[in-house]
Amino acid sequence: MHDVKTYWFDCGPVTAIPLRGARTVVTPRREIAVFRTANNDIFALENKCPHKGGPLSEGIVHGHKVACPLHNWVFDLESGEALAEKACVRTFPVKIERGRIYLDMGVAASG
Amino acid sequence: MGQVDQTSVPTKIVVIGNGMAAGRAMEELFAKQRPPLQVTVFGAEPRVNYNRIMLSPVLSGEKTFEQIIIHDEAWYAKHCVRLRSGQPIVAIDRKAKTVVTSGGDQVPYDKLVIATGSQPFVIPVPGANLEGVVTFRDLDDVEKMHAAAATGGNAVVIGGGLLGLEAAAGLALKGMKVSVVHLMPTLMERQLDPSAGYLLEKAISERGIDVYTKANTEAILGSDRVTGVKLKDGAILPADLVVMAVGIRPNFGLGKAAGLDCNRGIVVDDWLRTSDPDIFALGECVEHRGQCYGLVAPLYEMAKVLASELAGEKPSGFVPAVTSAKLKVTGIDLFSAGDFSDDDENNEIVLRDPARGIYKRVVIHDNKIIGAVLYGDTEDGGWYFDLLKKGEDVGAIRDTLIFGQAYQGGSPLDPTAAVAALPDDAEICGCNGVSKGSIVAAITSGGLATLEDLRAKTKASASCGQCTGKVELLLAATLGESYESSGRKPMCKCTDLTHEEVRRLIKTKPLKSQPAVMQELGWKTSGGCPSCQPALNYYLLCDWPLEYKDDYQARFINERVHANIQKDGTFSVVPRMWGGVTSAAELRAIADVVDQFKIPMVKVTGGQRIDLLGVKKQDLPAVWAQLIANGLMSGFAYGKSLRTIKTCVGSEFCRFGTQDSTGLGIKLEKLMCGAWTPAKLKLAVSGCPRNCAESTVKDIGVICVDSGYDLHIAGAAGLHVKATDLLGHVDSEEEALEYIAAVAQKYREEANYLDRLYKWVEKTGLEHVRRAIMEDHDNRKALYERFLLSQRVARKDPWAERVAGRDLHEFMPLAVISRIAAE
Repeated sequence: MHDVKTYWFDCGPVTAIPLRGARTVVTPRREIAVFRTANNDIFALENKCPHKGGPLSEGIVHGHKVACPLHNWVFDLESGEALAEKACVRTFPVKIERGRIYLDMGVAASG
Repeated sequence: MGQVDQTSVPTKIVVIGNGMAAGRAMEELFAKQRPPLQVTVFGAEPRVNYNRIMLSPVLSGEKTFEQIIIHDEAWYAKHCVRLRSGQPIVAIDRKAKTVVTSGGDQVPYDKLVIATGSQPFVIPVPGANLEGVVTFRDLDDVEKMHAAAATGGNAVVIGGGLLGLEAAAGLALKGMKVSVVHLMPTLMERQLDPSAGYLLEKAISERGIDVYTKANTEAILGSDRVTGVKLKDGAILPADLVVMAVGIRPNFGLGKAAGLDCNRGIVVDDWLRTSDPDIFALGECVEHRGQCYGLVAPLYEMAKVLASELAGEKPSGFVPAVTSAKLKVTGIDLFSAGDFSDDDENNEIVLRDPARGIYKRVVIHDNKIIGAVLYGDTEDGGWYFDLLKKGEDVGAIRDTLIFGQAYQGGSPLDPTAAVAALPDDAEICGCNGVSKGSIVAAITSGGLATLEDLRAKTKASASCGQCTGKVELLLAATLGESYESSGRKPMCKCTDLTHEEVRRLIKTKPLKSQPAVMQELGWKTSGGCPSCQPALNYYLLCDWPLEYKDDYQARFINERVHANIQKDGTFSVVPRMWGGVTSAAELRAIADVVDQFKIPMVKVTGGQRIDLLGVKKQDLPAVWAQLIANGLMSGFAYGKSLRTIKTCVGSEFCRFGTQDSTGLGIKLEKLMCGAWTPAKLKLAVSGCPRNCAESTVKDIGVICVDSGYDLHIAGAAGLHVKATDLLGHVDSEEEALEYIAAVAQKYREEANYLDRLYKWVEKTGLEHVRRAIMEDHDNRKALYERFLLSQRVARKDPWAERVAGRDLHEFMPLAVISRIAAE
């Protein structure tokens, strides 16, 4: 385990993401998809399907799942695990405070 | 107890506000062992504390004001509380520890409690301050409404939430003609899901109240008195009274002026202390952990904590409790609690009884109930709420949970056994009055073994089809292993009905919204699934073009952003190129866009147009804006819709050409562009039988001949390759246009979602289509008219809408981080 500092970055209000939708946070190292589910939960996943690199942020959000827009691989937003395949997409720490979304850039920006 | 003796001088507590939160806090306080106190209460309203949430029955006349008083004069006297009602406080002097009344009195405090509540929000539209525009907050408002209702006339209630609907129902009972104007697609969307909202709208409408959803108020009309309400879509509703019930705003000006920390409300900690240790605040005027409150349950919780704190106890802090909501309109039973917005079919249990207007939904997470919505039968609301609050594990009773508390302990039956256990006289098919006994008899003695035969003979499930599942179960139960399922395919796992049945019922019932379809056809999930949502969205759009509003959330990414997603996440953009004809100006515009946005590939498509590949998502609106400025528009290359109309050059240039095939292609494309179809729809027009436009492998193809136009349909050149069938011949271009549009409309109205045109013809038969188009002239003309009607709405450029600002957030990242400070 390398030493990673926690650094909560304010990404804007929850309402900036449509319900059952997603938007991206662009960092120097990677693009992160931030999802907002129908019940207002927020999840952050790497915006890249392990199958063919599809942008998960463009997928249809359904319950706590998202379907990749390219070939319909379905991922659990909480764990990042694919439902029918042996594959996993990386998840990142994210939290909501006073209606705003915070992403831990200490983790998200490191290797 | 020595402490109490020392403080012989009573602590002076001043309370600003005499509403329900303050009243409950005092009640809790007086019930406790406590040091001597001297309490003074200032109320802005010239009356005692009353139950504000019972104002609705006072409005409707079901209760009097006296019946909703919480604390009468005697109560204040008994507890030695000095009540100074009708005397608003205008300032707090924190240095001198005094409050100042409107009359200029300075009253000292040791501890101050601010409970100034909230103010109704008045939407800032022109005319909002006209005579006859009221809010619904206190008894004065109710009296104003009573005065207006005394002369009858029209009332418009703005806001279809809890309060607005109670006001509307009350005014209707008082004899006014009432309309409700609501911004959101369904009523009470904060407390109800769309299915329950649909049933509520139906019940409200049945009371003679007109409901306008997705309705935005533009202005309130009138010169000195209100005369009407104008909506953004141009509609004008006549009004003698307008009630604004669009929400509340914490009333915290006094605290802010005194320099207390304020955000959306006065900021308090878990012990309701403000940034000044001697000043507390509670109720609707506070913000606690970023949250403001408007329902009474959490306010009462606050009152408990505050009373304990003032009594010198050490309470554990305020924890916001889950709330439940009920509508106080006699005859409408609804209940909601907790979080019910998860629409994952694995986490919810849904029970619908379309005939009785019942809808129940319980949302479960980790075997615990986290939310519930009940409509029509709310008897078990309290039970679910209790299980929810206690966080009880419901894993063991999950199968029977939805049937309610009374059913618990009974053993769950598998569905086939449950149907088999019904008595013979149990009615299976409500439409045709067919009992279980007669169905079983038809199977056993009549020798019927398929659903189709049963439908033909007994009429069971032959009308609305809702009982199809039950009839099939009866077949299975009666025939046992010898029953072979009919192979009919339900639309998806949310329903037993097939696509065809759903389409028929949408038209005949009629059903005009997704919640209406799901409730009236007994959907097994609350909001459908990714498979039925886009299908229903299409069916409704097709059948009710003027009434149904497209639901973008039910569409795939390509149709949501009007471009085709590519393997690397970029998009391709295809402008319309009418009949495959372009011009120097268009090509120049395309070239400029390619240069400016560094678009990596420009390719000619198989449908005779130009594809710009590799456009970054965030560039899409700017690319479109520039194309539109040069007269180009969306080519719908991404949609289940009319795609391209391929043409050859025809008689204008070609020495073999018999007719102006290019001209006809352009006319067809102008007529049909923007039309949504069950699956993609491709056309071609060839100028002679040499067929250079490959018309005979298109969904609809035209071959021009000397004597006119041969119309072909049902070709394909994709996963399957199939040559077209000849539909017939027409003599003139006008006829060709009409006949082709009529075919397209028939396909739009009859085909299953995602079936290409040839699939539909395969299922219905070419003869069925030929007769309807080529022989039944009235029918064809009617189809054509319906196509034109639908096109009045559909023939628009979605790119232009996006450029004008619709959902622009779709195209921008939430945040861009170039460097990390922590590194």
